[in-house]
Amino acid sequence: MTMDKSKISFTLNGAPVSVKVPPLTRLTDVLRDELGMIGTKVGCDAGDCGACSVLMDGETVCACMVPAGRLEGRHIVSVEGLGEAEALSLLQKSFLHYGAAQCGICTPAMLVSASALLAKNPRPTTEEVQNGLGGVLCRCTGYQKIIQAVMTASDFSEAPVEADQGDAVGSRLQRVDGVQKVLGTDIFGGDEAPEGALVVKAVRSPFHRAGFVFGDLAAYVDTHPGVRVVLTADDVPGVNCFGVIAPMADQPVFAETQTRFKGEAVAAVVGDAQTMKAFDVDLFPITWTELVPLLTPQDALKSDAPQLHADRPNNTLMRGVVQRGDLDGQFAAADVTVEGNFQTGFVEHAYIEPEAGFARRVGDRIEVQACTQAPYMDRDDVAKILGLDVEDVRIIPTSVGGGFGSKLDLSVQPFIALAAWILNEPVRMTYTRPESMMSTTKRHPSKVWAKISATKDGKLAAMDFDGVFNTGAYASWGPTVGNRVPVHAAGPYIYPAYRAKSHSVHTHCAPAGAFRGFGVPQSSIAQETLFDELANKLGIDRLEFRLKNALVNGAPTVTGQVFESGIGFKECLEALKPRWRAALDAADAFNSSTAAGERWRGVGIAGMWYGCGNTSLSNPSTMRVAITPDGRCVLFQGAVDIGQGSNTVMTQICADALGLKTSHFELIGGDTDVTADAGKTSASRQTFVSGKASYLAGRNLREKILHLVNASDGAQIELSGDVLNILDQGTSQRIELASLDTCDDGFVLSGEGTFDPQTTALDENGQGDPYAAFGYGAHIMELEVDTKIGAIKLIRLTAAHDVGRAINPMLIEGQVEGGVAQGIGLALMEEFIPGRSENLHDYLIPTTGDMPQVDTILVEAADPNGPYGAKGIGEQVLIPTAPAILNAIYHATGARVTQLPATFGRVLDAINDSKRNQ
Amino acid sequence: MAYLLASSVQEALSCLSQSRHTILAGGTDLYPAAGERTIKGPVLDVSRLEELKGVSLEDGEFRIGGLTTWSEIVAADLPPQFAALKMAAREVGSVQIQNVATIAGNLCNASPAADGVPPLLALNAEVELMSQGGVRRLALADFIYGNRRTALAPDELVSAIYIADDLKSCVSHFAKLGARRYLVISTIMVAVVVELDADGLIAQARICVGACSEVAQRLSTLEQALVGADLNEVASRLQPEHFENLSPITDVRATAQYRQATAIEMVRRALNACGEKLQ
Repeated sequence: MTMDKSKISFTLNGAPVSVKVPPLTRLTDVLRDELGMIGTKVGCDAGDCGACSVLMDGETVCACMVPAGRLEGRHIVSVEGLGEAEALSLLQKSFLHYGAAQCGICTPAMLVSASALLAKNPRPTTEEVQNGLGGVLCRCTGYQKIIQAVMTASDFSEAPVEADQGDAVGSRLQRVDGVQKVLGTDIFGGDEAPEGALVVKAVRSPFHRAGFVFGDLAAYVDTHPGVRVVLTADDVPGVNCFGVIAPMADQPVFAETQTRFKGEAVAAVVGDAQTMKAFDVDLFPITWTELVPLLTPQDALKSDAPQLHADRPNNTLMRGVVQRGDLDGQFAAADVTVEGNFQTGFVEHAYIEPEAGFARRVGDRIEVQACTQAPYMDRDDVAKILGLDVEDVRIIPTSVGGGFGSKLDLSVQPFIALAAWILNEPVRMTYTRPESMMSTTKRHPSKVWAKISATKDGKLAAMDFDGVFNTGAYASWGPTVGNRVPVHAAGPYIYPAYRAKSHSVHTHCAPAGAFRGFGVPQSSIAQETLFDELANKLGIDRLEFRLKNALVNGAPTVTGQVFESGIGFKECLEALKPRWRAALDAADAFNSSTAAGERWRGVGIAGMWYGCGNTSLSNPSTMRVAITPDGRCVLFQGAVDIGQGSNTVMTQICADALGLKTSHFELIGGDTDVTADAGKTSASRQTFVSGKASYLAGRNLREKILHLVNASDGAQIELSGDVLNILDQGTSQRIELASLDTCDDGFVLSGEGTFDPQTTALDENGQGDPYAAFGYGAHIMELEVDTKIGAIKLIRLTAAHDVGRAINPMLIEGQVEGGVAQGIGLALMEEFIPGRSENLHDYLIPTTGDMPQVDTILVEAADPNGPYGAKGIGEQVLIPTAPAILNAIYHATGARVTQLPATFGRVLDAINDSKRNQ
Repeated sequence: MAYLLASSVQEALSCLSQSRHTILAGGTDLYPAAGERTIKGPVLDVSRLEELKGVSLEDGEFRIGGLTTWSEIVAADLPPQFAALKMAAREVGSVQIQNVATIAGNLCNASPAADGVPPLLALNAEVELMSQGGVRRLALADFIYGNRRTALAPDELVSAIYIADDLKSCVSHFAKLGARRYLVISTIMVAVVVELDADGLIAQARICVGACSEVAQRLSTLEQALVGADLNEVASRLQPEHFENLSPITDVRATAQYRQATAIEMVRRALNACGEKLQ
């Protein structure tokens, strides 16, 4: 029975299927490549993420580890077998209702695993669901809504939430793109490519720093049938350089003489799919010379250190500063001072979808379809690399299986675009998990010193902050982190004097870039934990101390910016007060009971602010909404939805601005040939900036419609088939859409809106108006510390966030719960060690069993510029979690953990240190 | 690439006798190790060997077929000394892994952090090895002799695990310390099997610590020190020197020092948990 390729027959979703494949082919490849069933996702190919879960004879298994050879006669069920568009299962309906799917990349596996659980146990407890789904990782949701959806699925009977005309904003509307996510039909980066697309694989540096010499590349191609071409720096027709901040662009598509981090590409091999499946990088003709790397800023700043970039002396990418007031005088006059040193490591985004996409050449244009957070920025850089005009590059974003900042930078795009351009054939690429982890951007490791003083009446006097950030080999978003940190390191508080400096240093590590919060989570750890020490020294309740110093309307921020309205930080703290008191009482009661033993409970609080949009830079969005002669209302929605819900939020805002129901809307996604630039999905800007553009577009179309019939602004618009009825002051007028002139693009009416929030440049002291709006919030964490082992058990997190206006409370809760999960990861378990943790079993993110109960309180201090008063929320939610955890550990034990993640060993060391110091 | 889906044990053994094959059972170690490369053949797929599946009691000993999955062990009807093994079974990766990963695979992979090894060592398990030439049995402690190193000969299969039915009144417990709840490689593991005498005192204690040495270790001096003790008052008998045969390393999960110190605390708690199970 030994065989090369053999026919294997099994049952898939109830129907017999046969494939002819090598018997060790993974079931994931059988389903996706042979049978075109793309609902089953590949996240790691190692059983670490569970995204490929299917049922085999009724039991959940990872399809990535099932050989085709043993499928004969088996019954396989994938997500495609769970329901149909017109007949969703109760579980799928429940997922939609509770907002259990965000980006949707883990959703098929969650549904499959849950269906196996529910078949045996229709009404599972929370713990039973946690057990049943513990093998599927989700990076977006924090699991709470998934667990809720599964627990209630068997009895699910809720009708979908529908918003009345004009009431879309504020409603818990289901995701407008949710159905395809629960069906498994949503198209992500790796889910689509033209028939026969070639495959490209990158050849990457195995060393942090290395010289290299290619062997005979032509001979390699000649002797490897199926390999079409090897691409190197010499093949780049334009500029072998890209970067998200154009003036700082420094990253080559292919390293030219020396590699600057482990995983940097030096070449790419392109061949047919079958050949590339067996691609063995060990046979590629290259000789490496390992060189001594600089892995920390300390090493990189030594006077004799080699320089990564000739034009950046002292390996320094940039320095940032914000200063205000008489620092020395305030420190001298203060009564109480605390200071400390804090350290964090690289943090990996760990979205479950590795980077993927395809490109094809269409005449003298190139088209790139890939997962991305920033289609227009991709367009500009691909054009530069290929030496094309930007108009000759088309970027078509797919659904994005999680981004969190890293998919703002180019990944597969240069390789597939270059290969497709040169070969004039479609080319696809999907990163492996290790490739994704070693080569894409990370959160900046930080080393922070901070000192804060207060007077004995509990008022802040001064803060001094100095942060050194490991920005890795290339600039990426390092300058943004370097600028944001000095502005934000203060937190949302009033200081008579303040100074914050940042220093971003190059090393031979993966580029550090954007990750939910751009350096602010790191700086807030220093500031918020020192606040607790200050409050304790002053003998003031920790929440009251924050209230006493909270930033309020009319008071200057540390950059001298004054907001007359829209600061809702105090309201957040006030909203948390009842839980704060109850949590402190509960912790005291527990700790004085015999149940406590070696376990001690603690309660921590931390505040947060975060500026929405680019720092002191223009960042406009444009939206367009149009109506066809047959009555379809189309929103050209270029604000990429990476799971956070911009497709739904933009629709809700536009619907109310225009005065139609959301159910009338259809969306055209961020194709750069079709949709205007809505900027990048980052910096918590889409709801605030693109949402305002969406509002303005809706208003603009509304005005045009009303103008046609001379109706007043109070009129009601109804869309019925291909007729608009305008009801105004008791009269009704009809607009037959087909009777209107049709524009070239096929629409009869359209409205457009552009919004660019007002900011000003920061002066040499960092003074100015860097953001048009900030979001505010605070978290309370209740936890238990095992003082003998150092383990932390999280019990309950209560989050209060000022969102200005909650456009969709369900989506915001999802953001909070997911952001908290990432904050927990940062605090307790996540650290990427270059060269060592390039997989999802050495790099750990929270599972279903690692989350506390999360309660969300929404505060609405309307922003004067935001759509309906709304501000951003995406990054705000992660920032206070880690310091709240550290403060709770401190409260429970008196131990200060200053290096993250707070592993069991570090917690135990801190407890022992604090005992020694007592 | 050669691949054989064996339909009988005889066919499998015959195949192994002819040439070296990689044995593929659950696949949960082999596929991740291969990464994006193809598994290096030739491969012998043993997943259809029904004779090597399931749990039974024969002639005074329990037989766990080598291809028994962790889910099957969780579901099996077994006496109290197996509580630790069942608890460990629930900690192997995730449900997805437990549904296909086999007990023999866990032993043959011989990871220092293998969840199945401490409870099986505490059960004095024996490993049955089959080849064309015959059958032999080894104590588990003699089968695994290093990190990823076992006594398995190239022509052999692990056909079964045997555990003597030699414990009367007993209680057992397993504890795993990992940086998160599911899908986590153990930082430290402890398995305890305790037999009680007629007075309820410890007749014999078998204590095994995993992930703190190249191969999980029984703590024989501690085991001797506990004989005759009341299970609810064992804490005072635990001494650091009982743990001297551990040789933990520092890795991404923990420092050696942390492992050494925490192993003591975990053993204490596992014994306490056994005491609580009796109440």
